[in-house]
Amino acid sequence: MKREDRITELLSKDMNNPWEMDRRDFMRKLGGGLIIAFAVSDMTLLGSCAAEADEKGGVNAYLKIGQDGRVTLFTGKIEMGQGPITSLPMMLADELDVNLESVDIIMGDTLLCPYDQGTYGSLSTRKYGQAMRAAAAEAKAILLKMAAAELSTNNSQLVPEQLQVIDGIVSLKTDNTRNISYADLTQGKEILETVTGKPSMKKASEMKVMGNSRLHVDAELKVTGQAKYSGDMKLPGMMFARIVRPPSLGAKMLSIDTSGAEAIEGVEIVEAGDMVAVIHESRDIADVAISKVKAEWEEETMEVDDKNIFDHLVKNGTEVRELKTKGSLDKGKENSTQNFSQEYHDPYIAHAPIENHTATAVFEGEKLKIWASCQTPYPTQEDVAEALGISKENVRMMQIFTGGGFGGKIYNPQATEVALLAQKTKKPIQLTWTREEEFMFDRLRPAATIIIESGLDADGKIAMWDYQLYAGGRRGATTFYDIPNQLTNQNNAPRNVTLHPFHTGAWRGPSNNTNTFARESHMELMAAAAGKDALQFRLDHLEKDEKMTKVLKAGAEKFGWTPAKGPSGRGYGIACGIDAGTYVAVFVEIDVDKASGHVQVRRAVVSQNMGLVVNPQGVIIQAEGCVIMGLGYTLTEEIEFENRKMLTRNFDTYEIPKFSWTPQIEVVLIDAQDDPPQGGGEPAIICMGGAVANAIFDATGARLYQQPLTPARILEALAKA
Amino acid sequence: MIETIQLELNGTPTKLEIDPSTILMWALRNELGLTGTKFGCGLGFCGSCTILLDDEPVRSCMLAVSDAAGKKLTTIEGLAKNGELHPVQKAFIKNDAQQCGYCTPGMILNAVGLLLKNPEPSRKEVIEGMEENLCRCGTYGRIIESIQMAGIEMKGGVKI
Ligand code: FES
Ligand code: FES
Repeated sequence: MKREDRITELLSKDMNNPWEMDRRDFMRKLGGGLIIAFAVSDMTLLGSCAAEADEKGGVNAYLKIGQDGRVTLFTGKIEMGQGPITSLPMMLADELDVNLESVDIIMGDTLLCPYDQGTYGSLSTRKYGQAMRAAAAEAKAILLKMAAAELSTNNSQLVPEQLQVIDGIVSLKTDNTRNISYADLTQGKEILETVTGKPSMKKASEMKVMGNSRLHVDAELKVTGQAKYSGDMKLPGMMFARIVRPPSLGAKMLSIDTSGAEAIEGVEIVEAGDMVAVIHESRDIADVAISKVKAEWEEETMEVDDKNIFDHLVKNGTEVRELKTKGSLDKGKENSTQNFSQEYHDPYIAHAPIENHTATAVFEGEKLKIWASCQTPYPTQEDVAEALGISKENVRMMQIFTGGGFGGKIYNPQATEVALLAQKTKKPIQLTWTREEEFMFDRLRPAATIIIESGLDADGKIAMWDYQLYAGGRRGATTFYDIPNQLTNQNNAPRNVTLHPFHTGAWRGPSNNTNTFARESHMELMAAAAGKDALQFRLDHLEKDEKMTKVLKAGAEKFGWTPAKGPSGRGYGIACGIDAGTYVAVFVEIDVDKASGHVQVRRAVVSQNMGLVVNPQGVIIQAEGCVIMGLGYTLTEEIEFENRKMLTRNFDTYEIPKFSWTPQIEVVLIDAQDDPPQGGGEPAIICMGGAVANAIFDATGARLYQQPLTPARILEALAKA
Repeated sequence: MIETIQLELNGTPTKLEIDPSTILMWALRNELGLTGTKFGCGLGFCGSCTILLDDEPVRSCMLAVSDAAGKKLTTIEGLAKNGELHPVQKAFIKNDAQQCGYCTPGMILNAVGLLLKNPEPSRKEVIEGMEENLCRCGTYGRIIESIQMAGIEMKGGVKI
């Protein structure tokens, strides 16, 4: 049976009346076997996972070993292209010593899976995956104990240490004909174990599955169009919704005339709370109907636009939060022979997944089922329940595949909208945001201004570093370079000030893109002034940091870096940083067309130390994705707006990376298989802006201080250089 | 106004009773259950709704059902023949050329259209032919390799 069919079958087993069961009953219904619920409480290992498990009933996850020998992992994580559907079973199979092919995974279903805070922040492998490995290791210990009892005879009493497991078959180390399978061990049993002990996971040398590349297991579903996303659900009697939207964020509706829409056969107007929607059994007609609705609005003004926003952020950044301080800036200034002061700007950008926010909802009696393109099934379940005034036990989120998230689907207002409409109309409803809605209601990466003042001493060493961050997030703000006198402040607006004209949120490698662009640009600004090679200048300030030194050197070697004073004319650029526990450096080689300002990145080398690598190919693919997606924020992406009105509406004016941008990409993974795994889906993206800005300087002598590095800005900088 | 539209859908002669002005993409997804054709932008910018119309890649969000009348229409669901995946599909799997997979059906159909016209495209020709199909996950490099690999099999060369 195909993997997908097995999952469907497994799910259908308890679909008859899933609402009547509590978790334990549900486990029984799965047909017996060993169910391992785990709540490993080693906080150092699990961090936030353990804390949340405590809060939400003591369980991080569970897995079932069925009497057919299949192992099923139930997880609240979702698959949005980053690969846990492939890598989590790999981790499980390895720790449990079963064949990878015998592992099934059920994801993101709030009824079947235990609580999970969401799929973001590169937590799936480094936190959740570690917890799951620990649980699997414990499960194996339990099974070995059971096997020892089964395989013992009157004259030979066995202990687990005498046993081995190969592909789910437990046997004597000395005689593999005396054996019993996991399946037979769990036959006819209904055991619920909760493991809380100290986990002992495999060392790298013992791993059989982890560390070896696997193709994505969902590939066939995706290349045949069978993979189901939330907008692919079709329910009997389902209606398509469009919502009346304001012309700008925060606008208040003064009046509405829906008569034009109502005149169309089959159109219904639905009001729920502040929301007015049209629904129809055909999406086409819902689209026509919405265009006939006339509404008047009172718009809010904020007197900001995409040009003056950067000053606005500085002016309002009056709440100072010190992130790091060391030595004395005054002393640093005294020791400086060259001083630098530079302001860096980063605009609002959108997540722009190709799948817009989408949800399908249906009430079955009291119970609400929602399929939503989302990164956070559990928090979304809570949001929906609260908005509808129903208990969260009556809301079931279920979604496996999400068409890209990047942080943009941590918040899912579309799920609440569709649920409200389903509640009001008692009909199944599907809501797919248009691309224009996607831009307008996205939680954008916040715009930020960064002001860095620094000084070099007579030896060309950094004597002081004063980093003032306005409005951006703190991830990646403090520097890892060894600088004797330094200060990093985050300057935020007071709570009662609406700083941003739009909703803002986490964008892949949140704020670390912004901080790394500023820090790494400034590093090379100083390197050039000191007359030093950009790589050497960094290494000079990393003498005590072996990990970053190694990452930089490995990348430089792959890239073929040779020392030179910038600008060397070669178009080489470097940036490095730390994100989600991973140390990363990116080296690029670019061409700049000085007549048009066009930049072509020819080559990118990513070097990273991310601890244990579970699926090397999966990691390489994520790094490639980071390079390509990162070129978007680096070169073109920028939201245009006036007051709270979004001028960016579709891909014609918001240019994301295209085929022709694709550089040759090489990825170097530092071997650290015995270290805990760190993030893989985000780190490399943080370096792209800085690396390309530095390469533009190296190619032309022109330095840019504002992302994206558009042709117009490049031409302007060239004119000044 | 409901009319009868005849076309060949994934190899099967098909009669639709439908308003001919229905957007082809919505008709495929919502009336015919062919949800492999994806909605991304609705204005022809992203290519996730790409299908083949008489072997030519087109954006189904920009067409009405009437535009497909009398024509041969291929969606991602109709690409495999007799249970065997199309070489482009196989090459995508082999090269791990999809991440979230949302752009993938449109990418594959655009690639098939490209290879039907030019079975042995250079890297540059692949890029030109694919340029207006967008992927947010950054799979372009692997897609380029897949298309070149599939072209070789389609010409009777190495099987994937
Ligand atoms: S949905 Fe048709 S081109 Fe984007
Ligand atoms: S694979 Fe996600 S958009 Fe292409």
